[in-house]
Amino acid sequence: MAGSTQGLLKRITPQLIILAAALLLNVIVFPDFFHVDFRNGRLFGNIIDVLNRGAPTALLCIGMTLVIATRGIDLSVGAVMAIAGATAASLVVDGHGWFTALIGALATGAICGAWNGVLVAVLRIQPIVATLVLMVAGRGVAQLITEGTILTFLNPGLIRLGAGTILGIPTAIVIWICLGAFVAFAVRRTALGMLIESIGINEASSRLAGINSRVLLVCVYLVSGLCAALAGVIVAADIKGADANNAGLWLELDAILAVVIGGNSLLGGRFSIIASLLGAMIIQSVNSVILLSGMPPEFNLVIKAVLILGILVIQSPKVSYLWYMLRASGPQPQPDRKSPRPRTTPEEKTQ
Amino acid sequence: MIRSTHLPLIVTLVTFVLAFALCGSQYPAILSTRVVANLLTDNAFLGIVAVGMTFVILSGGIDLSVGSVIAFTGVFLAVILRDTSMHPLMAFALALIITTAFGAAMGATIHYLEMPPFIVTLAGMFLARGAAYVLSTDSVPIEHEFYDVLQGIYWKAAGGGRFRLIGGVMVLTFIVGAIVAHRTRFGQNVYALGGGPQTAKLMGVPLAQTTIGIYAISGGLAGLAGIVFSLYTSAGYSLATVGVELDAIAAVVIGGTLLSGGYGFVAGTFFGIMIMGLIQTYIVFDGTLSSWWTKIVIGMLLFAFILLQKGLIWATTARKRRATGSAALS
Amino acid sequence: MTEQTAPTGTPTGTDAQDAPMLHAKGISKFFPGTIALDDVELTLHRGEVHALLGENGAGKSTLIKCLTGAYKRDGGVITLDGEVINPASTAESQICGIGTVYQEVNLLPNLTVAENLYLGRQPMRGGLVSRKRMVAEARRVLRDYGLDVDPGEPLTRYSVAVQQVVAIARAVEMSGKVLILDEPTASLDRDEVQLLFSVIRTLKERGLAIVFVTHFLDQVFEISDRATVLRNGRVVGTRVLSTVSQHDIVTLMLGRQLEAKVHDRQTGAAGEMLLEVDGLGKRGMLEPFSLALRKGEVVGLAGLLGSGRTETANLLFGAVPADGGVLKMHGKEIRVGNPREAVRHGFALCPEDRKTEGIVGDLSVRDNIVLALQARQGWMRPLSRAKMNEIAEHYVRTLDIRLASLDMPIRLLSGGNQQKALLARWLATSPDFLILDEPTRGIDVGAHAEIIALIETLRQQGMSLLVASSEMEELVAYSTRVIVLRDRRQVAELTGAEITAQNIVHAIADEPARGVA
Repeated sequence: MAGSTQGLLKRITPQLIILAAALLLNVIVFPDFFHVDFRNGRLFGNIIDVLNRGAPTALLCIGMTLVIATRGIDLSVGAVMAIAGATAASLVVDGHGWFTALIGALATGAICGAWNGVLVAVLRIQPIVATLVLMVAGRGVAQLITEGTILTFLNPGLIRLGAGTILGIPTAIVIWICLGAFVAFAVRRTALGMLIESIGINEASSRLAGINSRVLLVCVYLVSGLCAALAGVIVAADIKGADANNAGLWLELDAILAVVIGGNSLLGGRFSIIASLLGAMIIQSVNSVILLSGMPPEFNLVIKAVLILGILVIQSPKVSYLWYMLRASGPQPQPDRKSPRPRTTPEEKTQ
Repeated sequence: MIRSTHLPLIVTLVTFVLAFALCGSQYPAILSTRVVANLLTDNAFLGIVAVGMTFVILSGGIDLSVGSVIAFTGVFLAVILRDTSMHPLMAFALALIITTAFGAAMGATIHYLEMPPFIVTLAGMFLARGAAYVLSTDSVPIEHEFYDVLQGIYWKAAGGGRFRLIGGVMVLTFIVGAIVAHRTRFGQNVYALGGGPQTAKLMGVPLAQTTIGIYAISGGLAGLAGIVFSLYTSAGYSLATVGVELDAIAAVVIGGTLLSGGYGFVAGTFFGIMIMGLIQTYIVFDGTLSSWWTKIVIGMLLFAFILLQKGLIWATTARKRRATGSAALS
Repeated sequence: MTEQTAPTGTPTGTDAQDAPMLHAKGISKFFPGTIALDDVELTLHRGEVHALLGENGAGKSTLIKCLTGAYKRDGGVITLDGEVINPASTAESQICGIGTVYQEVNLLPNLTVAENLYLGRQPMRGGLVSRKRMVAEARRVLRDYGLDVDPGEPLTRYSVAVQQVVAIARAVEMSGKVLILDEPTASLDRDEVQLLFSVIRTLKERGLAIVFVTHFLDQVFEISDRATVLRNGRVVGTRVLSTVSQHDIVTLMLGRQLEAKVHDRQTGAAGEMLLEVDGLGKRGMLEPFSLALRKGEVVGLAGLLGSGRTETANLLFGAVPADGGVLKMHGKEIRVGNPREAVRHGFALCPEDRKTEGIVGDLSVRDNIVLALQARQGWMRPLSRAKMNEIAEHYVRTLDIRLASLDMPIRLLSGGNQQKALLARWLATSPDFLILDEPTRGIDVGAHAEIIALIETLRQQGMSLLVASSEMEELVAYSTRVIVLRDRRQVAELTGAEITAQNIVHAIADEPARGVA
């Protein structure tokens, strides 16, 4: 096990460095950044805010990491958040308890995820297209549930999920850290992680090795839906209401960005949930720098764009090939994952 | 002559005619020139941007940046007209140059760095929206007599419908777009790229030139849509047109273009836009139906068309397997 | 157009006496670690159909790629119509006059016939593409090729044969001197092949030099004038086909002196019946076949490429669902609809295409080795790290897989070591029935011998194997029985003393085998 811990450390080193740099910037613009207070039974402080505000993205990127590892993408998570938030809110407004609301929301998320999974795995629609349907229609469904209003609620149980604390730590932080740790642990402690990576790298080989890729794909999208639902409930609980229009708006892009910053390839394969979570925290820390420095928040998006471009350029097969050529003394054969096999038909043979 | 590749287009047309007839039978007022004129005016910017999106999707790509580019163009124009004495026409030209160059840069990144269009244009989306924020976070009104002149141009049809300039610009864009797509070598290369980049390359299609051209067109048309949108709203606002890229993609698909590229018609996109506009109009006329039904119905249409296309692909591959050389003479 | 007068400068001589249309001399191509082409010479005359033959890896496609500029050659001179050419890309060679048509039709399925024919050189009118003229001209041109199709229809409306002819028309119209046909008939049926051949004959009359690459020897003899045979990157002979027999050509292709030596083997003592296959087949892919396999038997599948070897392996393993047939294991009927079910019944398959269907390139060697076992156990019962290491290390040792570490991605291993790792993947599941499709392709000599020895060891341990291979010697070395395939059906079964390379070759060439008791 010691070896794998070391491997993990090596894997997440770049993310840790970037995160440290982002946090350092925070400290430079706001020296008290790491100062944490304990008031009214709750921890307060900027670093706590970063962890708390980053919760939705962090939750989304857990599922998104798995989806991307299978060479897919899930564009619908923002919309699923809205649907799940609306479901939870309408359930408590109808007088159900918070637990029923939570289960209801999770069930909706699971249904949405399964829908995506079936489109991708059974009907063989490209993931970006398949999940687009729910991305477009999802907010309409959420509005249908909330009947167009921002559905506010006062159920203390549900609110505690977003704004409450556990042992002084905001609940949202506890939830994402626990879920992240659980999923990261689960995929590595069972064979799931390896099987998912195998599908993402080479589905044909995996199928011939006896892996049930269809069921696994559906499961992966289902998990993504569940994570989105949980994020949706937290966001709704945080504002004590379900806003079908704005809940989770563009968060799918943040989640994808977090996965990419986490060093996971969009072409599928090896993945690290921990690294993705660090990616989510990097995004949130950058947001925090902008906020604390008094820089107009409008620079936020520009910085994010530059961040994506930089990481993409580093990840680009062309650039890594050039990089390889520069230090070409090594004995390894060149990376040939994208071997230029002539493609003759637009659709890949799937069966 | 009806061909099998026309089927999605025909389905789109039939859907449109049926929808129009249905609307008309329930609310005869919809059948007026006024409603038709409004359909054109209200959807002008969306239509223009959808023409660019059609090219992108035909080539097998996707452009997520267009909504942000529209907003950027609007803010850019508003700020320039507020802070300088530049003539709007000059500002229009400048905006078009910037947005076209922006699109071309994305195309070049996609081609030369071999990166997926989805993620490159996602970065472009953040960049353009961010640039709009940086210019101004508030809604900047545009007050210029030239704008009043442009907004005052319309053709009044019998029945009281006012066909405004921006509607005309959209129709013109569609006509030019259709000609470029179907009657130029560039257009044919776009289809070739969508059919399979490797094969297209073997057949001598200049990939770099075509890819850059496609995204330049999409960027430029998003700029034009931004100009039209600023004429429509008389303001520039960096939070405007969020999610327009999704509407444009939906219109293209409902218009019968295959999302994986290679098949489709610019004219189909026009009817895709009209169908979406009609749904909105119907909901407005109905009064009891809520606005969110628009999204749900559009989502369902999107799904239906994706399934239809998938089915067509299955059908053709199945037929290909069965087919023999019966077409041969000699 | 079709009326071609005798070329100037040859008053009376026959075509064969002309200066060649294309002359390639001393063509060499090196890849890291291998010599793909070694001083290859090829001469094409006007109006000649020249077959290019050789088993896989002989260098046919490398030669073609060097001729068309898809590869940069490392040595040699190409002269086309008296001029030295150096095409740097396929587009350039097209302009020079060399057109190529591939097995997989390299046209765009989403465009119409006319659009495909004229992509990049559409007839223009007033600055716009004139679709009307394009369709009219396409109709006229295609009629010259014996096709009466509507050029305005999408290409995919027509059969592969018609598409092939359209591709040929495009190549000839654009280039017009040399036409290279790279396995154009691989996916055609008999009638379609005749359509294609009539087009080839027309072009031959027009004076084109045509290179015809195929694995179907009957077709070679039907249409070609001469044949050049490649083996291991060298020309082993050029023959005028009217003077030789199929057997001569097969001997040239497969090489070595075919010794009539019979291997000593204990054919008896084969164990109990393991697997009975009855009528397994798939339309258009493989004729229904039957097979009975006992424990401790190695059945060799012989046949040229495209004869149905790989198809047999895939159907048995459920990688491609069959459309009929019964499988019985230990006398009980079983269902094998997909690889998962096959693995559950103790089947295993090392596929022919190691890279796209075998290895999972970015996963570590360890993960690749335990993958099938893990998939069979299910995700809920993960192998512990220690167990994985134990299994992987065991096979690394027994199969002598050379690697720097178990953690390295498998794609960094050499071909032979990748193949051994794949064998390890399946041996780890302790299969009853192991299917090997071309287990020694593209691997070095050392690993080659080791794998052959391993097959014998596994047989002695009581495993049943089905091995498809194009290497006769190899089949002779390990098979207890050899099934010969031809045109996607079983044509012969050799047992015991009949198993000699010579007999296999005879069966493949469909000539009465000599010396069979």
